[in-house]
Amino acid sequence: MDLVKPFPRPSSTTRPFWDGLNKREIQIQRCEGCDSWVFYPRTRCPSCLSDQLIWQKVSGWGVLYTFTLARQPTAPHFAEETPQRLAVVELDEGVRMTSTLVNVDPSDIVIGMRLRPYFDQVSDAITLLRYQPG
Amino acid sequence: MGLRGEAAIVGFAEFKHERKYEGPRLFTIEQWSELTAMALDDAGLKLTDVNGVACTDIRESGMFVPATIVEYLGQPVNFAERIDLGGASSVGMVWRAAAAIELGIADVVICATPALPIPSNPEPRAIDPRRFFQSSSNEWGSPQAEFEIPYGNLAQNCGYAMIAQRYGAEYGYNEEAMAKLVVDQRQNGALNPLAAFYGKPTTVDEVLASKMIADPLRMLEIVMPVAGGGAVVVASREVAQRCHHRPVWITGFGEHLTIKTPTYAKDMCTTPVGPASKSAFRMAGLAPSDIDAAEIYDCYTITVLMTLEDAGFCAKGEGQHFILNSDMTHTGSFPLNTHGGQLGMGQAGAAGGMTQVVEAARQIMGRAEDRQVSACDNVYVSGTGGIMSEQAALVLQGA
Repeated sequence: MDLVKPFPRPSSTTRPFWDGLNKREIQIQRCEGCDSWVFYPRTRCPSCLSDQLIWQKVSGWGVLYTFTLARQPTAPHFAEETPQRLAVVELDEGVRMTSTLVNVDPSDIVIGMRLRPYFDQVSDAITLLRYQPG
Repeated sequence: MGLRGEAAIVGFAEFKHERKYEGPRLFTIEQWSELTAMALDDAGLKLTDVNGVACTDIRESGMFVPATIVEYLGQPVNFAERIDLGGASSVGMVWRAAAAIELGIADVVICATPALPIPSNPEPRAIDPRRFFQSSSNEWGSPQAEFEIPYGNLAQNCGYAMIAQRYGAEYGYNEEAMAKLVVDQRQNGALNPLAAFYGKPTTVDEVLASKMIADPLRMLEIVMPVAGGGAVVVASREVAQRCHHRPVWITGFGEHLTIKTPTYAKDMCTTPVGPASKSAFRMAGLAPSDIDAAEIYDCYTITVLMTLEDAGFCAKGEGQHFILNSDMTHTGSFPLNTHGGQLGMGQAGAAGGMTQVVEAARQIMGRAEDRQVSACDNVYVSGTGGIMSEQAALVLQGA
């Protein structure tokens, strides 16, 4: 069976985030109603339901909130990545995102470690945001 | 506010849970009939007494599930609920049934979760690619499709593992405590003839030697998929008084939903079972210290650890100490998952959480035979769906 890796399919709501990654920039939403950062992209703020969300460029740096080494592939598409270094990253702005860690030995991964973006262009249209030690 | 305790579990049914099922293949609706017949017979009721159903999915239809079931059973109902709470569905069914009964909508509600394999299709379809993504949605527009699945964050193991890893960073992680939890539950399960691990206790060494699946979770800390299924009959006080067994009154419940993906939990180490349990205890007028046995949803060891803490059986961060210092077998100081839990029975899909409900009823009715907890009147039950996403709790009481 041909296993095509599942890539994101940006929508009109989320496209600025993915367009930003293609330009090696991290754009996330900020709510003008309650001054909070929002991730993942939405049409309304999950803190106050305001629709006054604006895109802002951020550094993308953060810390490792948690991780696991998935030693059995989470789906057959990821078999060659095992152990998958799955991570939750907390950006300096406070929002969290799911990612994977690169350029790090599994034994050196520690919760709380400083992380910086690694832009992984996986197709003409899509760059995934992975993380590496900062 | 809440339930008055006027509805009770009056009967139950449970298929044997088996890794390799070799019995007759039945469609889900046929299994519904089997479980309904068994559970009504157990209670001492007839089909015509039934006027409510609570269900999850059936393999034969993606929609109109309750109508399909009541047509097949041949019994009209006034109350029909399809519950979409994953492993919390069984607990969700029971309190909804009790609420419907107390509102006067229904008198007898069947809550069933059949999960045996169905007959093989003579015209098999091509493999649906969605099956690779299991409980994560890869549909167009799904946040999981866009922000989780492309990174490989899908299905259940890695999510629970990341919660456990975070727990360890905040409170410390004692793998021997987690292994001991499995050992105590499997000791209970070894006494349960319906459990996949019947007659098969384990040891701390065996758990710690089992394969690491997603750090820090090992194979024997994760439920084994099996065939199975179960059902309970919930009935009004009037009906309960003419049934065969001691009624198991539903006196408290709570339910709480927060997220689908733990990445977005406000605090990954605080689970929704906290507010759900607080509600259940308050409604019943009981405290965790009044509980004679706890049937806690156990898809993974970390789920039990965090439920022990967040439901209030011990303080936050003290769960591993509590496990190491408690005998959690059916004769112990804190009888936990007296049927073996799902770690001992195996997990039969959505029926997993029903094993906890059925065991609670069995214990209060005094029908647990070799693993009966003495003087068992107050039982706590929890259900967990998704990845600590949606949790529900019950307080069940005898007399």
